[in-house]
Amino acid sequence: MDAIVAEDLHKRYKDVQALDGVSFSVREGEAFALLGPNGAGKSTTVRVLTTLTQPDSGRAFVAGEDVAAHPDLVRNKIGYVAQDSGVDWDATGRENLLLQGRIHRMAGKPLHARVDELLELVGLSDAADRVARGYSGGMKRRLDVAIGLVHQPSVLFLDEPTTGLDPEARATMWVEVERLAKELNLTILLTTHYLEEADRLAERVAIVSRGRIVVEGTPEELKRNLQGESVSVELNEANGRLTDAERIVEGISGSVHVEGNVVRARVPNGAQAIPVILGALDDAGIAVAAVTTSRPSLDDVYLHYTGRDFASEDEAGR
Amino acid sequence: MQTLRQTGWMVIRQLRNLSRQPIWVVMMVVQPMIWLVLYGQLFSKVPALSGGSGPYVEFLAPGIICMNAFFGGMWSGMGMITDLDRKVIDRFLAAPASRLAIVLSQVVRAGITAMIQTLILLIVGLALGVRVHGGALGWLVVFVAAFLLASAFAGFSNGLALIFRRPESMIATANMVGLPLMFLSTILVTFAAIPGWIQAITRINPVNWGVVAARTAVIAGNDWASVAGHLGLLLAAMAATSLFATWCFRSYQRSI
Repeated sequence: MDAIVAEDLHKRYKDVQALDGVSFSVREGEAFALLGPNGAGKSTTVRVLTTLTQPDSGRAFVAGEDVAAHPDLVRNKIGYVAQDSGVDWDATGRENLLLQGRIHRMAGKPLHARVDELLELVGLSDAADRVARGYSGGMKRRLDVAIGLVHQPSVLFLDEPTTGLDPEARATMWVEVERLAKELNLTILLTTHYLEEADRLAERVAIVSRGRIVVEGTPEELKRNLQGESVSVELNEANGRLTDAERIVEGISGSVHVEGNVVRARVPNGAQAIPVILGALDDAGIAVAAVTTSRPSLDDVYLHYTGRDFASEDEAGR
Repeated sequence: MQTLRQTGWMVIRQLRNLSRQPIWVVMMVVQPMIWLVLYGQLFSKVPALSGGSGPYVEFLAPGIICMNAFFGGMWSGMGMITDLDRKVIDRFLAAPASRLAIVLSQVVRAGITAMIQTLILLIVGLALGVRVHGGALGWLVVFVAAFLLASAFAGFSNGLALIFRRPESMIATANMVGLPLMFLSTILVTFAAIPGWIQAITRINPVNWGVVAARTAVIAGNDWASVAGHLGLLLAAMAATSLFATWCFRSYQRSI
């Protein structure tokens, strides 16, 4: 059975078409990522699925319930971790959890026991009775996750769970989410604009761009469907020959993309292409700082399916 | 039932959170006293304001109590804006939290805060020579008036918070609505001293309903029918504004 089904969701805010026909489904117990730059429509999708807002058209089902017809039933079964932390800063970690439990009609000893268990689970037992204002970004985020889990939901929504965290806290969060997914048999819908995060945490990924899902599959499938390898040629800084270099590489590989002073090309075989590219650049007198070749990443997948570079798209969406 | 339970826990949350802000606690206690002492001194030589009989501070005290309750309610939407910004509201809405409970928790919190301030003002007032001529019932009326006045305007303020969602717009609106309502009431001057055309507005000004009830209980201690009538109007206003704020969740949820 599918834990989440979205069918042709459309939603428009004044002059922005936030969702332009989003459809996907997530199997029970699966970790699924919506991957896309800022402004792609990921958070709007999550807000529709968590009953926070309604789509202009289209239908959605979460944990077997229609989000439009029975929002209250959906709310009983989902945990929602908002993009920006939903922690009450002036309450302690424990108080945050107790109130959320009470909203879910929990009470008394079972509630207190559950709260202790969750504090332990996310490693906040020692900080439980401190006011959350003093928590680090990573601690607030882990408290958010615990808040989302207090009523033992079957579906957990994590909207950008590691945005704004430093790399160390992000790594901790990843381990945490992986463990929860395994131990609790949760269905997880995660949104992220970090390619590596989707690659690491999700069993299946849907790439979202401008309100649509452009491609969907396991990270491996997506990468495998891209033939060949990616070659990046970094030019010596400010030698002013970027356009020439782009033209030369394009003549060899056919598809190039420029980012800063790096020319990126997709080639059938990196080992064969590199000497040719370097030779041509050398003939033209263009100095090269570094050359790397790599298997396709989700970055390449994004570029391939949207025709746009992930990083610059992300910047534009801010 | 579920709504009442949730309201209770959310009120506890708010009072607890506020009590953790020492500056807020100090301001809550000190500010009304400053109003009472300051205005009491400023206008004490103008007998026409109070209609003459009795000390001006006795006339003024119920007015300041109501002014304080009214402004407290008017600003309570700021708490809602903070909760919206911190996504606490989103978290509640994605859980089975009652929208009415979210609103009522702000409304009741504003009312309780106003009652605490009322107690402080009455104590300071007693020291300055105020006597509550309505006796125990008079005291009760003053507290109820303060609670209802703060609550009624808290509902209005929280509705604005959900529509505007920005502190700047909230502050501008609260000032634009609040100051005229204050000066179109009998907070500082007796009804007879107000020009005729303003009197017509004063009668339908909810702020004034509270002032009439509280002042009647303090100065006269009779005419309980009028007191009950005015409190009833305030209760209706509180219900209306709370429902208005609950309805404003639609506007908020359309925007996200």
